[in-house]
Amino acid sequence: MAQEFETVIGLEVHAELKTATKIFCSCSTAFGSEPNTQVCPICSGFPGTLPVLNKKVVELAIRTGLALHSEIPEFCKFDRKNYFYPDLAKAYQISQYDLPICKGGYLDIEVNGSKKRIGINRAHMEEDAGKLVHQGDITTTPFSLVDLNRSGIPLLEIVSEPDMSSAAEARTYLEKLRAILLFAGVSDCKMQEGSLRCDANVSVKPVGQKELGTRTEIKNLNSFRALERAIEYEAKRHTCLLEDGDGDKIIQETRTWDEEKQETRSMRSKEEANDYRYFPDPDLPPLKIKQEWIKEIKNSMPELPEIAEERLVKDCGLPEYDASIITMTPESLAFFDGCVKSYSDAKTISNWIMGDLTRLLNQNNIELTDCKITPDSLVSMLKMIDDGKISGKMAKDIFEDMFNTGKNPEVIVKEKGMVQISDEQTLVPILEDIIANNPRAVEDYKSGKKKAMGAMVGQVMKATKGQANPALVNKLLQQLLGR
Amino acid sequence: MELYELTLHELQDKLQKKETSSEEITRSVFSRINQVEDKVKSFITVIDKETVLKKARESDESGKFTGVTGIPYGLKDLFCTRGVLTTCASNMLANYIPTHSSTAVSKLEEQKGIMVGKLNMDEFAMGSSTETSAFFPTRNPWDLDRMPGGSSGGSAAAVRADEVIFSLGSDTGGSIRQPASFCGVVGLKPTYGRVSRSGVVAFASSLDQVGVFSKDVEDCAIVLKTISGYDPLDSTSVNIEVPDYTTYLDGDIKGMKIGYPREYFEQGVTEDIKQAVFKALKKFEELGAIVEEVSLPHSEYALPAYYLIAPAEASTNMAKFDGVRFGYRNISADNVIDMFCNSRSDSFGDEVKRRIMLGTYALSSGYYDAYYLKALKVRRLIANDFDKVFKDFDIIISPTTPNTAFKIGQQDDPLALYMNDILTVPVNMAGLPGMSIPCGFSNGLPIGMQLIGKPFAEGSILKAAYAFEQNTDYHKVKPDLGVK
Repeated sequence: MAQEFETVIGLEVHAELKTATKIFCSCSTAFGSEPNTQVCPICSGFPGTLPVLNKKVVELAIRTGLALHSEIPEFCKFDRKNYFYPDLAKAYQISQYDLPICKGGYLDIEVNGSKKRIGINRAHMEEDAGKLVHQGDITTTPFSLVDLNRSGIPLLEIVSEPDMSSAAEARTYLEKLRAILLFAGVSDCKMQEGSLRCDANVSVKPVGQKELGTRTEIKNLNSFRALERAIEYEAKRHTCLLEDGDGDKIIQETRTWDEEKQETRSMRSKEEANDYRYFPDPDLPPLKIKQEWIKEIKNSMPELPEIAEERLVKDCGLPEYDASIITMTPESLAFFDGCVKSYSDAKTISNWIMGDLTRLLNQNNIELTDCKITPDSLVSMLKMIDDGKISGKMAKDIFEDMFNTGKNPEVIVKEKGMVQISDEQTLVPILEDIIANNPRAVEDYKSGKKKAMGAMVGQVMKATKGQANPALVNKLLQQLLGR
Repeated sequence: MELYELTLHELQDKLQKKETSSEEITRSVFSRINQVEDKVKSFITVIDKETVLKKARESDESGKFTGVTGIPYGLKDLFCTRGVLTTCASNMLANYIPTHSSTAVSKLEEQKGIMVGKLNMDEFAMGSSTETSAFFPTRNPWDLDRMPGGSSGGSAAAVRADEVIFSLGSDTGGSIRQPASFCGVVGLKPTYGRVSRSGVVAFASSLDQVGVFSKDVEDCAIVLKTISGYDPLDSTSVNIEVPDYTTYLDGDIKGMKIGYPREYFEQGVTEDIKQAVFKALKKFEELGAIVEEVSLPHSEYALPAYYLIAPAEASTNMAKFDGVRFGYRNISADNVIDMFCNSRSDSFGDEVKRRIMLGTYALSSGYYDAYYLKALKVRRLIANDFDKVFKDFDIIISPTTPNTAFKIGQQDDPLALYMNDILTVPVNMAGLPGMSIPCGFSNGLPIGMQLIGKPFAEGSILKAAYAFEQNTDYHKVKPDLGVK
C-alpha cells in the first residue's frame, strides 16, 4: 500500500500596527505619500540619532496578545537584527529576539465543520524597513532608488505553532487572525497595501511520524488565495519528491511565490542565510510592563469576533455559519447590529448582508464603510416588505437603487411609482382579464395541475410591472378560479 | 594675564561685573588659537572668526550672564552640530554636515555659550592617543613630541593650550579621563544616563557618556550642570533632578570615607604615579578624610570583557556607514554589495576595522555565549564589586592611568595601547561617574588621579576634587608653548 503523507504548516504574520506615528520617531505612518516625505534623521539612520519607543505600539501589541490569549511577560526587550541592505537605514532592524512582548496563546478555527485550536508561539514588536524602487526588473535596473517612508513603521510579527495541516486551515487561520486584529483595532490588515503580510512554513512527513520533515519558507504571499495556492503547490512538491524517494532534494530554504506562473521558486538556501548577530539594543532599556496597564487595556478591549459570534447565535438565533461570516469584520458586525436593534428577524438581515449587499460591494469593489446603504435604510426596506408595500422582487431592485444612490427606500418607491398594489378592487379586473385570456392554464389548474397557478401569477406580475402583492394575487386567483 | 588664560568662573565673574565682554574673550581666544594651533593641532574645524564674534556680540547684547554664557568652548568632533562639519575624525564623514545638534550642545547654545570649533579625536572615538584620527595627530601641549591621549585628545589639548576655556568630550573606556590625565586638566565622565547621548555619534552605546574638560574643578561643576538632565530623545538618559554642583564645592571633606583599591596600584603602574597618588591620599587624610585600602577583585577581567562588549556594540553602530544615505561612497562599484564593501574599506582606518571585526566575531552565532554573553556577566561582577565597596565608602581614588603620555608613534602594538585603559574601563562597565584631576608630575609630564563616585553622586567626587585643588597647585601649572 502506498505511504500516506501529511502536511505541517506554520504561519508568520506581519501586521502593521495602527499608530499615527512610527515606532521610534514622530514621523507619520500615512500610506501612499510621495517618497521620502515621511522621514527624519532617526528613521533614516543618521549618525547620533537614538530610538525612542512609541507607547501606542506597546499598547496595541498588548491588546493583540490579550485577544490571542497570550501571556504578557513582565519584562521584554528589544534586540538588533544585523544585516546590510540598502533599504535598511541603520543596517540593523530593531526587533525582539528571545524576550518578546507576547508569549504563547491560541485561536480557534473551524474548517468543514470540524473545530481546531491553533497555537500561537509568540508575537513581537519590530520596525519595518524602507523599500527599493527599481527601474523595471531588479536584475536589469541601471540603478535603484530608496524610499524610507515605510522605515520605522511599527509591525507586530505573530508566529503560529506548526499546527495547521491543510491550505484551507491556513487560510481560515489567517482570516480569523485578521478578524481578531480588525476587531481589536490594532491593524488595518490591508493585504494589498502590505499592512498584513504572511510567510508560510511548510513541511511534509509520513502520517504518524513524529519528527517533522524538512521545511521550506514561502514568501510573497499577497492574498488569501495566494497563500492557499502556494501551500497546496509546495505540499504537493514535497509529497511528490518524498514519494519518488527524493526526500533529500527537499532542502531548508526560502522560496518565493510566483503569482504569474502559480509556482514557488527558490530564493536562498539556509547556507546563504544571514547570521543576524542578534543582541540586546543598548539604546533601549528593557521594557517593564505593569499589571495595572494590562488590566486597563483589558477593560477597554472591544468585543472580539468569537464573543460576537456567540452572541449572534445565542441572542439573535443566527445559524453558526451566518454568525461567522457576519463577524469577519467589525464593519459587517456593526451593520448587522445596527439593523437588529430595530428589526427582529435576524436571519433575514444576515441573508441581505451575506447576499445582495456582499455581491454589490464585491461587484463595485467598495468597502462596507464607504457603502451608501445604512442599517436604518435596510430596515425601512424590510419593514416595507413586511407591510406588503413592496414585494421581495421589487425589494431587490430598490436595494440596488439604494446602493447606487443612497436614497431611502420610501423615496425610491415614490419616485418610481413602485407602490405595491394590495387593493382588491384594482387587482380583480386584471385577474379576470388574465383568466379570460388563458383558458388553457385555467383548464390545467382545474384538472389538478397546481403549477399552472404560477404561470398566471407571473402574468399578473408582468401586467402590473411587478407591483401586485403576490400573496394577495394568490389568494384572489384561488377565489376566482374556485368559483 | 590674557583673557584666554583665565578659567570659566573667573571670566563669568568679569562678564557679570561688566569688566569684559564675550567679544573680547572670544578675540583673545582666537589670538591664542593663532599662536599655538600650528604646534598643538587640536582642531579639525575652527569656525570662521567673524561668525563666532557675531555670536559673542549677541550674548553680550543679551546682557544676562549665567553658566557658560559668552564663554568660548570646543567640541569633540563627534558631537553633531547643525550646519557645521562633523567628521568623527574619519574619511567616512569627511564632508558630513548634520541637520540637527546634539542635546548637550543645544543646552550650551541655550545659555549662549560660544562654540569656536570641533576638536580632533581618534577615529570614531576608537583609540587612546588621537593618533587614529584620519587627518593628523594632536600634540600634547607639555611635550609636542608626545600624544595627548585619547580618544578625546583634541578636547584635552585645546583646554591645556588655552585654545578654549572648556570643551566637551565623550568617554567609553577612559576617553575623557585618560587624555585629561595626560594633558594635566580636569576631566569628568558623569554617570551613564546623566547627560543625553542624543546627537553624539555612538561608539559603544551602553558605555558612551558625554563629559567635560576644564581648567579647574569649579568650571567642571558649572559645565556639568549645564549639560546634564533627562532628555526625551535618549531613552537611556535618567530622570533624576540635576543639582547645582557648585554647592558641593565647600572644601569640607571631614569624615568623608575614601577607598583606594589595591588592584589599581599594581597592573604595571609606574612608581612615580603610585607615589603621586599616595601623596594625594595623604593630603586627603590631612584634610580630615578617612582613607582605607579596599579591593575590587574582578577588575583584572574588566579589560578583556570591555574589548568584547565595546567592539560588539561598535560593529553594529558602525553598520549604518554603508555609503547609501550620507558620507563617503565608492562610486566605481557596479553592484550594491561591492558598493557597501568598498565604501567601508576605503574610508575606515585600521583601528575601526579591527574593532568592527572583533565585534562581529564576538556576536556571531556559535560564539555569542562564549564571548558576548560571558562578558556581560563579567560586567555584572565588576559592578557588584563597586556596589560592595560603596556600602562603606563615599568615593574611590586611584591613578587614572598606569603611565604618563607616550611619544607619538611609540605604540604600534594595539594591545599595549589597550592596556592604557585598564584603570578607567571598569568605571564605564559599572556606569559610574569618574573624574581625573592633576596630582603631580613625572619628568615634566602630568599625572592624573581618578576619583570614582556612586551612581549620580557627581557631587561627591567634585567635592573631594575641589578640596584637593584648594590645597594644591598642580592645576595652576601650565606648559610653556614657547610663545608669549
